[in-house]
Amino acid sequence: MNKYTERLYNGLVKENPTFVLMLGMCPTLAVTTSAVNGIGMGLSTTAVLVLSNLLISMLRKIIPDSVRMPAFIVVVASFVTIVQFLMEGFVPSLYDSLGIYIPLIVVNCIILGRAESYASKYPVLPSIFDGIGMGLGFTVGLMAIGIVRELVGSGKVFNVQLLPSSYEPITIFILAPGAFFVLAVLTALQNKVRNRAAKRGIPMPEATGCGAGCETCGMKEKE
Amino acid sequence: MNENYNISASPHIRDKATSSNLMLMVLIALLPATIFGIYNFRHENAWLLVVVTTAVAVLSEYIYQKLMHKPVTIKDFSAAVTGLLLALNLPPTLPLWMGALGSIFAVIVVKQLFGGLGQNFMNPALAARCFLLISFTGRMTYFVYDGVTGATPLANLKAGETVDTMTMLLGNIRGTIGETSVLAIMIGAMFLLLMGVIDLRIPGTYIVTFVVFITIFGGHGFDAQYITAHLCGGGLMLGAWFMATDYVTSPITFRGQIVYGVCLGLLTGLFRLFGGSAEGVSYAIIISNLLVPLIEKVTLPKPFGKGGEK
Repeated sequence: MNKYTERLYNGLVKENPTFVLMLGMCPTLAVTTSAVNGIGMGLSTTAVLVLSNLLISMLRKIIPDSVRMPAFIVVVASFVTIVQFLMEGFVPSLYDSLGIYIPLIVVNCIILGRAESYASKYPVLPSIFDGIGMGLGFTVGLMAIGIVRELVGSGKVFNVQLLPSSYEPITIFILAPGAFFVLAVLTALQNKVRNRAAKRGIPMPEATGCGAGCETCGMKEKE
Repeated sequence: MNENYNISASPHIRDKATSSNLMLMVLIALLPATIFGIYNFRHENAWLLVVVTTAVAVLSEYIYQKLMHKPVTIKDFSAAVTGLLLALNLPPTLPLWMGALGSIFAVIVVKQLFGGLGQNFMNPALAARCFLLISFTGRMTYFVYDGVTGATPLANLKAGETVDTMTMLLGNIRGTIGETSVLAIMIGAMFLLLMGVIDLRIPGTYIVTFVVFITIFGGHGFDAQYITAHLCGGGLMLGAWFMATDYVTSPITFRGQIVYGVCLGLLTGLFRLFGGSAEGVSYAIIISNLLVPLIEKVTLPKPFGKGGEK
């Protein structure tokens, strides 16, 4: 596995931001009322993540360490603004249903976390792949939650009626509490799979939480 | 964990009270309300819902504990009490599978996932009722009596109509299976009080606070008929005597129980008078359940010799 596919695998499976790192919980819980919303949120975050990783990795030797946070925020906020205008122009219905959560991508911990722990330390290409991997991991997570919630809460998936019309939707699943139930159950399921894989001898290293490994971190010296 | 049980210094009293004894007494105390509910809603086949909901609660506890290789605790009757309480909180016309779903939610999500009896952070039966109420609002607020659909007396009261308090006391009215007859509930509550299973502190402060709140904000002043109707209507009595007094989800300290009762009374009054729906007992109880750890923390009695002026 070369280092680019390793980055993709890392974002999608090993350190999946939704189910393993538990980052970006606010949009995860708030916008996943339907599968379409989940994908929309995931992809717009992915776009911002890839672009901000790209730019921050390019600027990593120029940005002074003491002001790196404001610098990252400026970069991320610029891309979020661009994405927001593009969405308003081309997918207005999605823009309306995601609402305030699009500008809130600025403060999404995944994006700032990747900038801090990966893009500011590694070259451009791996950083882009890191962004793609993490973004797709986030998208998959949100889509999975969205599909389950939409199916149980309204009997549909991607607005297509899947369950027979005699099914009485359990409305709580498209309301806020349902997000917690579904997130918890899906996380438990993937932990189960992960544990089983670990028992079979497939190495599944512990996630470090920030994605970089403690020996390369350097956070302690800085603070 | 063990030090949490030592709330006072020795000597301690030995007692025959065990979980299963207490739960059995609660079951017996619920019988009058259950029997009356089944009789009252005989045209709606309420007995079927009661049996299914209770059986599913016990069964899901059994299956979960078997699957998780834990000791099976269905013999302590706590799952049966949860199932029965849930059934008493459901309208008689609810489809059976919804009752069963509520039981599964109560026992597995609210109770077992948090560690089983003694670890649940809110009353499982009420949490399940609120789960069903949010999910199937239409079904859960569809009330029938003698084949006639209509509003509950409490909803009539909120709409400003007059209600007959005597039938509300006896229970020949619309409502959930177990809440209609204040008389039957009081018989059960008296039994629990006499057996020493519950005491007056929580239900007493709950009801008194509620009456004070209704008198001040109800817009009728001290109108005995209006207050009696509020006390006899909805789930207030069932909630105050059987669910607010749940050992697991109510405070153990003396002052804590008073604070808890006041919270319940205020929240119930607030929801009933100013909320969107006519009833507010179940939400009041589960919100107060969540406050219990905080209440216990601030009302913890000081050990002898500690505290005082510095």
